[in-house]
Amino acid sequence: MSASDATEIETLAAAAVKPQRRLSRGRLILRRFVRNKTAVVGAIGIVLLAFLAIFGSYFLYWKFDDIDTNAFLNPPDSAHILGTTQAGRDVLALTVRGLGKSLLIGLLVAVLSTSIAALVGASAAYLGGWYERAALWVIDLLLVVPSFFLIAIASRGAPEGDASWLILVVLLAIFAWPLSARVVRSLTLSIREREYVQAAKFMGLPSFRIILRHILPNASSLLIIDATLNVGYAILSETGLSYFGFGVHAPDTSLGTLIGEGARMATTYPWIFLGPAAVLVFLVMCVNAVGDGLRDALDPSSSSGGQA
Amino acid sequence: MLRYIGKRLLNYVILLYVAVSLTYLLAATQLNPRALWAVRQPPVDPAIVEDQLRQYNLSDQVPLLERYWTWFTGVLHGDWGYSPTGVNVAEQISTRMWVSLRLLLIGTLAGLVIGVAAGAWTATRQYKVSDRVVTALSLLIISTPAFVIGHLTQIGATLFNNVTGTRTFEFIGETGDVGDYPLAWLVDRLQHLFLPTLVLIVIGAASMSRIQRNLMLDSLGADYVRTARAKGLPQRRAVMKHALRTALIPTGTYVAFSVATMFVGATFTERIFSFPGIGQYGVDTITNRDVNGVVAVTAFAGVCVLAGAVLSDIMVAILDPRVRLA
Repeated sequence: MSASDATEIETLAAAAVKPQRRLSRGRLILRRFVRNKTAVVGAIGIVLLAFLAIFGSYFLYWKFDDIDTNAFLNPPDSAHILGTTQAGRDVLALTVRGLGKSLLIGLLVAVLSTSIAALVGASAAYLGGWYERAALWVIDLLLVVPSFFLIAIASRGAPEGDASWLILVVLLAIFAWPLSARVVRSLTLSIREREYVQAAKFMGLPSFRIILRHILPNASSLLIIDATLNVGYAILSETGLSYFGFGVHAPDTSLGTLIGEGARMATTYPWIFLGPAAVLVFLVMCVNAVGDGLRDALDPSSSSGGQA
Repeated sequence: MLRYIGKRLLNYVILLYVAVSLTYLLAATQLNPRALWAVRQPPVDPAIVEDQLRQYNLSDQVPLLERYWTWFTGVLHGDWGYSPTGVNVAEQISTRMWVSLRLLLIGTLAGLVIGVAAGAWTATRQYKVSDRVVTALSLLIISTPAFVIGHLTQIGATLFNNVTGTRTFEFIGETGDVGDYPLAWLVDRLQHLFLPTLVLIVIGAASMSRIQRNLMLDSLGADYVRTARAKGLPQRRAVMKHALRTALIPTGTYVAFSVATMFVGATFTERIFSFPGIGQYGVDTITNRDVNGVVAVTAFAGVCVLAGAVLSDIMVAILDPRVRLA
């Protein structure tokens, strides 16, 4: 060992014990995320909307099912900030209620569809053979049919009741996972060849455990981004279906149901439409902004997150 | 090459057959056409209802597989069946297809072209003010559902009409009052086409510009563009000849796909502007419990998707010299 090597090791050691802490992966990602101002605004927006959806009904004077018999189709005024509907219900209270439902459906669908996509995609690539072919074929099958119409048909025949929106969640998730499953599969194809996966395999771990413990955690960046973007997708699908009257049914309400109701009179009494529509656009925009920010922060090949 | 395409096509046909069959089974069990008569006042004699349902192969008292077989043999003979009220499904599709085409052709194509241009242009100006403005605008439009954009333009158009006291903007149906001056029919149709086309262009351009911007950024950073600059090509030529060309390859496949699926992609626009096209028909069939109708729409959409897939495969083979099908 030469003298220069020794000094280099010493400087390295000195750098290691310096009070400046090494960045953990989580901190690094947080730093990159915070640098993106749009994403931060989006994250704050989502937190505010979630707060409004959960606790909003405690602060509002009108409940969503109250009927003000003195105000039918009133434009916005001091009593009803966003106006009233034809039945005398307060648009603001309805919007808050609908926001909660749409947000909940969006989150549940995203978690469900990303989980299915992760399991099917990873196992298809890892197991290969007939299983992989079958999985890819089912994915193609689901991509051929127009999901919008099929969900509408299925939700039309579904039993009605308080829990009917849960059926909608399942239906949306069934048609949301195929594209992401394909991406997960192609990522797993490369992870499968890594040494740690091979090592786990030769240690005799069962395939299911390898997929859960060794493959999926290494695809987590992709899964997080996918889940976030799926929230936006699910909210848009749900509101689209509800707009036509196929999704969330009365007396329950979602942003789509409200917009559909307001749209019928949008040119003459625009406030029933404008309130929920503005909230919906703001919500989806926040979700998309956070999704973009996460992509930049999590993707090591992305340059738009800046250095470190 | 031919064998490859043949194999792909066979796979697509099987895929389509299974998809449409499953749709039939789903629709036949979930959309209960009998309920259409249940709300009639005065009540209709159940025997008459049953007769009517059996006539159109819609009765839920006939076993499901028997109904499926009757429907399937009909389809093989080109008969797609009738709605519960006796409307021929195949005729509906063939007339409504052209309505959709008239509505969507200009909007879809213009949206794609504007989107590609905007995306490529903003990529060369990354992080400048113009790039940030266009990116923010496209994020806003992508986050806005089509039905919100549609109704907002209608509200705006009504305001404009009321303020100016004219009827500049028309937004209900394909045609309206036709004046008696030469080419009045054309002016009338264009008037009705203007707003929905605007909506389609805005939506299409926004999503296309995002895709194209990312593709262009990737190819602008590629080594061959730097090489082109290093050997002395002016920036403009390097961008146009080396970066844009390669960035257009994936776009070609995307364009092929979206032109083929155009027919079923504009359900909201058709509905809001009352154009009786395919998308509107799909929604109506589900509302009216029209089993045969909704299956036909699904099959039509499936054919469009697969045609798009084949077209984009061919597009890649033509555009990308690296793809050699052996």
